[in-house]
Amino acid sequence: MKSGLWTVLGATLLAGYLAAAPARAGDAEQICDVPANLLSTESSLTRVAEAVRSGQPLNVLVVGSRSSTIPSFEASAYPAKLQAALKESLPSTTVNLSVEVQGAKTTEDMAAGLVKLVEAKKPTLVIWQTGTVDAIRSIDPDDFRNAIDAGITALQQAGTDVVLVNLQYSPRTESMISGSPYLDNMRVSAQEHDVPLFDRFAIMRHWNDAGDFDLFSAAHGVELAKRVHACLGRALSKFVIDAAHLGPAQQN
Amino acid sequence: MTSIADPISGTQLADAKDASGAVVAAPAITMQATSERELRLDLFRGLALWLIFIDHLPTNILTWLTIRNYGFSDATEIFIFISGYTAAFVYGRAMLQAGFVVATARILRRVWQIYVAHVFLFTIFLAEISYVATRFENPLYSEEMGIMDFLKQPDVTIVQALLLRFRPVNMDVLPLYIVLMLFLPLILWLMKWRTDVTLALSAGLYVLTWHFDLHLTAYPNGVWAFNPFAWQLLFVFGAWCALGGARRMSRILASPVTLWICIAYLFAAFLVTLSWYLPQLGHIVPRRIEQWMYPINKTDLDVLRFAHFLALAAITVRVLPKDWPGLKSPWLRPLILCGQHSLEIFCLGVFLAFAGHFILAEVSGSAGMHFLVSVTGIVIMCAMAWVISWYKHSADKGASRYKSAGGNADLAGGAV
Repeated sequence: MKSGLWTVLGATLLAGYLAAAPARAGDAEQICDVPANLLSTESSLTRVAEAVRSGQPLNVLVVGSRSSTIPSFEASAYPAKLQAALKESLPSTTVNLSVEVQGAKTTEDMAAGLVKLVEAKKPTLVIWQTGTVDAIRSIDPDDFRNAIDAGITALQQAGTDVVLVNLQYSPRTESMISGSPYLDNMRVSAQEHDVPLFDRFAIMRHWNDAGDFDLFSAAHGVELAKRVHACLGRALSKFVIDAAHLGPAQQN
Repeated sequence: MTSIADPISGTQLADAKDASGAVVAAPAITMQATSERELRLDLFRGLALWLIFIDHLPTNILTWLTIRNYGFSDATEIFIFISGYTAAFVYGRAMLQAGFVVATARILRRVWQIYVAHVFLFTIFLAEISYVATRFENPLYSEEMGIMDFLKQPDVTIVQALLLRFRPVNMDVLPLYIVLMLFLPLILWLMKWRTDVTLALSAGLYVLTWHFDLHLTAYPNGVWAFNPFAWQLLFVFGAWCALGGARRMSRILASPVTLWICIAYLFAAFLVTLSWYLPQLGHIVPRRIEQWMYPINKTDLDVLRFAHFLALAAITVRVLPKDWPGLKSPWLRPLILCGQHSLEIFCLGVFLAFAGHFILAEVSGSAGMHFLVSVTGIVIMCAMAWVISWYKHSADKGASRYKSAGGNADLAGGAV
């Protein structure tokens, strides 16, 4: 019984790997340029820079809601792609990455648990993706703002670098979910705490407008999600490396 | 009647103007005998309706024409101000001629109409969202689809919608308008007594709102997207202008100092807004000002937004005189017609925005399609306004003659 389970699991993994291979080949062709201004930030990631320069492992923790994963295709979601891209750009650095997906949790709920997570995982960098659940439940923007502030402060006090990731651009649900108060508040909070904000919303909207992806489509398959996440992971890696001011010298 | 804006003064923002208000010593309502339409009101309300429609659609080329991209305030401010103005104009006259009870009865009938319109729009929204919920399965957005969860308990949601506590996106203006109109009898009654005191009370409520964080809760959580405690200021200010305030402020409005203050403020607001879209320009806004200024709160009608609207209005009144011949031009006719039937056209706009989303999602989301949807929507709005006006002037001629005796809501440009 047990061995049967392992066989199935192994076969699944293998199948997943094989399925991922052609997708990866396709990724290179996928045009998803991000305009430089969407990847520029005035805030910097000093701890990431330190770790890389001193040759220590770079521990990344991604905390997010369900849009930080693709259900049953975790290996194709942006956190995994981010890890791969970071490894590629920083070949002499060990990059460890763990993902903590907390579906259906508001920012306030998430913020409360951040310190424990950090104590357990000891990350150099926490990538905190949030806002979607709050927008869906139309949480009071002031409460949202306070929760974000509390979360960032807790993370900074715990001694980690922080990158905020905002909502996805979701044209299909635009007439139902009002994202702008949450986007605005995240931007302000990031600015106040001097934390880089990865503007996932603006980037995805740019891809949609530029015709790289048709995010309006009612795609029933998982392909679009995989391609978007691959692009997001790569853009996020570039964003992190830029924010840590890691020039080509460190990248070797 | 002078018009739309006299702004910049008259508000608690500019204390200097309080003095001028005091000099005139609160006369009772001064109503113009003439029932000539103030076409500028219709024009700008029509414009506000077009802009609200465009802002409700996904971003496209036309979005760049809407004023929210060039400053703090947007079409909502124009809409609420003009609504206050016309409502006070129409029902204020009714209150003088027919008394408090009759005017209140008429206002309540209008409130009912707006409520019914809101519920009608909610039904359409339900239809759209149910359809999307069953057809749309994009793994990329599995989280966002959580918005459909409310469909699982219609017993609660629909009741909350009828209580105006559950409002889908883009359906916040009418509930605000319903609440403001409900209090219109009280506002008019106070204004009949002392116009300036009423405005001062309204400003006081606005300040208290900010101080004590007054708000109405919404379902399932959060607050009303437009806080009536704060937005009433714009509505009452509109009413105040309609009941003589505008005329009294005309001198301040004509002053070059006012003009330059307005221009300077609008320019500064423009630069700040520009920095949102071009992050390279981020440095033009000093960090300290940024920290003081953000977030610019739409829910509670941020002072910066209010001031921005006042500045826009002050300049508009100056640049566009009441007797500007262009107001009679056939080119502006569609805008004016839309403004004259604002409740109907507003509802139609919300519906068309839903329909537009739907077409973009089901047919094609290309830039060309976006443009086509926007333009078609505006054409439909104009055609509908024309049809309504035809009904009023031709099909229902007998009825309209009968009604005109008692100042109905559309006389001064409809009351939404």
